[in-house]
Amino acid sequence: MSDALLQVEGLTKRYGGFLALNQVSIAVKPGERFGLIGPNGSGKTTLINCVSGSLPVDGGHIIFDGRDITALPAHRRTRLGIVRSFQIPKPFSSMSVLDNLGIPLENAAHGRGADGADAMQILEAIGLAAKAHLRPAGLTQIEMRKLELARAMAARPKLLISDEAMAGLSSAEVDDILTILFRLNAQGITIIMIEHIMRAVMRFSERIVVLDAGERIAEGTPDEIVRNPAVEKAYLGE
Amino acid sequence: MARTLPALGVGVVVVLAGVALATMRVNPYLYFAGYVILQYVVIATAWNILGGYGGYVNFGTPAFFALGAYTAVFLIRSIKAPLPVLIVAGGLVAALLGLGIGYLTLRLRGTFFSIATLALSVVLQTMIINWEYVGGSRGISVIRPSGPPFGNYVVFLFTVMLGLAVVAVLVARFIERSWIGRGLAALRDNEEAAECMGVPTLRLKLFATTISGFLLGVAGAPFPYYVTFVEPNSAFALDYAVNALAMPMIGGTTSWVGPVIGAVLLGTTQQLATVTISSELNLLIVGVVLVAFVVLAPEGILGLVRRVRGRI
Repeated sequence: MSDALLQVEGLTKRYGGFLALNQVSIAVKPGERFGLIGPNGSGKTTLINCVSGSLPVDGGHIIFDGRDITALPAHRRTRLGIVRSFQIPKPFSSMSVLDNLGIPLENAAHGRGADGADAMQILEAIGLAAKAHLRPAGLTQIEMRKLELARAMAARPKLLISDEAMAGLSSAEVDDILTILFRLNAQGITIIMIEHIMRAVMRFSERIVVLDAGERIAEGTPDEIVRNPAVEKAYLGE
Repeated sequence: MARTLPALGVGVVVVLAGVALATMRVNPYLYFAGYVILQYVVIATAWNILGGYGGYVNFGTPAFFALGAYTAVFLIRSIKAPLPVLIVAGGLVAALLGLGIGYLTLRLRGTFFSIATLALSVVLQTMIINWEYVGGSRGISVIRPSGPPFGNYVVFLFTVMLGLAVVAVLVARFIERSWIGRGLAALRDNEEAAECMGVPTLRLKLFATTISGFLLGVAGAPFPYYVTFVEPNSAFALDYAVNALAMPMIGGTTSWVGPVIGAVLLGTTQQLATVTISSELNLLIVGVVLVAFVVLAPEGILGLVRRVRGRI
């Protein structure tokens, strides 16, 4: 397991008396396409909030690239290469799409945001170049999701955490986002996908971990997960 | 960097023009009124670094201003410190307070932060009222040093404040165009997203509150020599809180020009109203103008200009 890019060991998180994560451990290998699923309220988003540094943990360790990052603030983790997109897009609304990418380029990818060429390149790759000078308010829902991904890319991640990047999109749009994620993975970026759209997450992931009520209940390939009775029980009840 | 030198040049020219103006013999009241307007340029610019760039609305401007003024009072009484020392010391003490409220942003955002800063002003005023050494609630008379370098003392202070205004505006402009200003804009738009995109949000907020506090203190430091009588109600006047917020809002908060435009327009209007109508009318004017702008031009005069240009 020591060859893992991201290793989460015994992570515990409480909200008051509610145990949101109970001793959760996961290990993500370099270059892997990793799926994280579970019913609503199972702790998926809490887990990635802890991994990205948005939430402090109450127990356990997070090791990234051989380094214990449990105590690091979020922006330092981003600089190390853990970058997330948000479930509900959170663009910088006063800036153009291009300038949105300038922020991570400048702050996380070591000062390469000034001329805008790098940002433009990312926008072209993701299909937003024509909208570069618009404000985010002028984007459609799918374009907003693409902006989230483009902005995450501008931080030059080693590990991209995609938090429900496809929720609410049409089937064709889901394929569109999947294509982008496959391409990023082919470039060597490790990806954790959190998703409710099973068709997408089953097609995308090489390995899946299932959370239920803050506990890890299953791990395996998509085929194994589909046949796992515990997973079925978590989703459908007995 | 290429555009910093010309800006510095413009700053120097403005100061020199002010010195030239100071040596001319015009109606002394103009210097008196001009000082107030320039003081508001400093205050509005300082407020805008935190409120406009960073989106943290500070209602506690009087606390910082008065802290600068009372630091000066203390140093005048205790060691008869010269004006440059007063200005630097006033700024530094207010900067410390700024650093303190910076840590408040860890837990308080939006309206809650604003309320805390408002409370801060009340707490500080109560402390000053109960501190006899600096005049307590009765206030204290300050005697101006004799023999200013040129003109009379008000003319001299006018020039000093002009210099401070130029410095404040240059600082704001530099911040706005650096990675710090862009980072502050990102955290104003969405703090969580900014942090996750590598922006060191806490460090930037502490920087903004500290530098904003410093400049507000600097604006207050010459105040004792200007009015020659300092008492808590005038040093902690609500006018500072309202004007500091209204002037950038009216001018436009996203650029250094906005607070300058707002301060000059509103400051001049207030001075005119004071002499022609009534000194109590000031805040009424601010209120009406502010409401009008918030409704009709939420991005201030700069926003209006941009909209008109966009249409052409």
